[in-house]
Amino acid sequence: MGKYKKHILYSLYLVAFVAMVVVAYTSSKYRPESVSVLFTDFSWLGNWPKWLDLPLMPFLNEGFDKLIKEYGMFFEGINNFLLGLYTQMKNFMVGLPWPLLMISVIALCYFVSGRNMGTTIMVAFCVFFLGFLSPRYWDKCIMTTCIVVIGMLLCLIIGIPVGIMMARNKKVRNAILPVLDLMQTIPSFCYLIPGILLFGLGAVPAIFAIFVYAVPPLIRLTDLGIRLVDKEVIEAAEAFGANKKQKLWGVQLPLALPNIMQGVNQCTMMSLAMVVIASMIGTRGIGDEVLLGLQQLNVGMATEAGIAIVLLAIIFDRITQSYGEKIQERTHHKKNIKL
Amino acid sequence: MSKIEIKNVYKIFGDQPSKVLPMVQEGATKEEILEKTGHTVGLDNVSLSIEEGETFVCMGLSGSGKSTLIRHINRLIDPTSGVVSVEGTNVMDLDQKKLIEFRRHKMSMVFQRFGLFPHKTVLENVGYGLEVQGQKPDERNKTAMEKIEAVGLTGFEHQYPNQLSGGMQQRVGLARALATNTDIMLMDEAFSALDPLIRSDMQKQLIDLQSELKKTIVFITHDLDESLRLGDHIGILNGGRLVQVGTPIEIIMNPADDYVEAFVKDVNRAKVIKAKIIMSPVSSSNGVDKTNLVKVQEDQFLDEFLPKVVCSNANCEVVDKNGNVKGYITQKELSKALTKEHMANAKKSK
Repeated sequence: MGKYKKHILYSLYLVAFVAMVVVAYTSSKYRPESVSVLFTDFSWLGNWPKWLDLPLMPFLNEGFDKLIKEYGMFFEGINNFLLGLYTQMKNFMVGLPWPLLMISVIALCYFVSGRNMGTTIMVAFCVFFLGFLSPRYWDKCIMTTCIVVIGMLLCLIIGIPVGIMMARNKKVRNAILPVLDLMQTIPSFCYLIPGILLFGLGAVPAIFAIFVYAVPPLIRLTDLGIRLVDKEVIEAAEAFGANKKQKLWGVQLPLALPNIMQGVNQCTMMSLAMVVIASMIGTRGIGDEVLLGLQQLNVGMATEAGIAIVLLAIIFDRITQSYGEKIQERTHHKKNIKL
Repeated sequence: MSKIEIKNVYKIFGDQPSKVLPMVQEGATKEEILEKTGHTVGLDNVSLSIEEGETFVCMGLSGSGKSTLIRHINRLIDPTSGVVSVEGTNVMDLDQKKLIEFRRHKMSMVFQRFGLFPHKTVLENVGYGLEVQGQKPDERNKTAMEKIEAVGLTGFEHQYPNQLSGGMQQRVGLARALATNTDIMLMDEAFSALDPLIRSDMQKQLIDLQSELKKTIVFITHDLDESLRLGDHIGILNGGRLVQVGTPIEIIMNPADDYVEAFVKDVNRAKVIKAKIIMSPVSSSNGVDKTNLVKVQEDQFLDEFLPKVVCSNANCEVVDKNGNVKGYITQKELSKALTKEHMANAKKSK
């Protein structure tokens, strides 16, 4: 059976390829008057013939137009929800007096890092310097932070379950891996611009772009983390009659947590990178300071904003990283060992 | 009815096991199958039955299929063909839900590399079987504490596995298997990763526990001494085939083939053979010189009384628990039993 399956698969590929060539040929404006010409005049073997052109572009355009026309409501709904969330969050944080916000961030870091003074002091410095660099940066950093946090939440809600499904089922993994490759390699402008068409200008296309760009590492590391759990430990759980749910929540996820936290950390860093690029499609935030500086050829201004982004990145990285370490200590009990 | 019945079980690892099965059934060897089809034969027509309350030791070198065999009993591995039945139930007939119930209540398992949960304390590890059954923490902790005490780990219950030594970790594994109080215990090379002293300690502990609990134990090992010490019956696997099943004495006295013979060649017989095995009964003891006798119990191993007998140059009088004389052992018989010639002779006379 298996051998046949392979042959069937190969012949299917062949059929699909031939069909594509035929479609390309028949739909081309430049095709010769009849097929027989191809066998008498061999000049088409010299340069790539104009008729051998897959009409992918019009097809994609049609599809995209149709998507906007027929599912516009759907995207509008998502847009309204995310935008509402973003606006609420931003207004709340902008409305807070700056010392209060600063203290809450420092307190969050202190408790999340397991009362690690070193990390907390470093984060406190970074938070202070955001406003200290330029008073304008404070509110812009809040906007950027809100976008990153919402994008991250989206990544977590979708990424972790997908990672779990991939670890459980080889077929799902084989189906999703190429999609992840695509998401990671396709240039970001290829989905930033369509994002504007789907969600309008502003924060939501940036969140969408963050999701596309930052979710693959989280999915990959979740999948890897679960698969790397010691086989004998899993066998032990099965031998004592753990069902799938008990196995997942009681054994696989806790033991995969260090890897998953690494994924979350990666996800944060990539979100931050993307939100800066997203300023080019009109997303407000610290990124547009960089853009503005470069447009005015004001290198100092661009660099200053660049430093602010780095500080923001350090804050995010320290907080998620130290939380990961704390969890790792709790699950693996290697106290006094810095990982 | 036997507690565990394994009938004509084949297991082939690879892409299309059912296609390769007929070849294996026709008697192709493991190497031939691997060369021709790329499939690995795990088990080749294994049939055996394990009685209630006995310790069955399954022995073989690595790659002989012993770990595969034990995983068929609780269906961590599905057989390619054949029947595995436990207490009369064919395990292949169980659906997912029943299989989980079956694993929870019928058997427990001890693993070679312990298989402990690194994120749980000793107490939580031992209580794991009860936890998945849905027992309340108070209840299961009580049982778990009892079992921790039984294996001598009191005081360590709030430690984590990687804070313990190998021997202690395996005690946790053993306590975890005992906690669910199942009739059947599967032990997959449970003591192989331990150093010799701790291993023999653990063996003694298992023997003591078994004499109280009378569980049905399936024990996997590659160590002949261990199997002779623990097993009521021993099955020897070679290349996925079961080459011999018998009591320790049968295996030593009558090895079925060269493979088993090579295994038992270097065994210290004095440690395995009991007095009653080699004694000549009272009825045929006319020629025995009874002037100088050493009294021995019929269940004593030879090495327990050998020094005494050799020093006094005496013959042995074998008595049972009540002191009745059952038979005699002469010096000649002793020396025969302890040399390889004995084995060869026994084979010939068979």
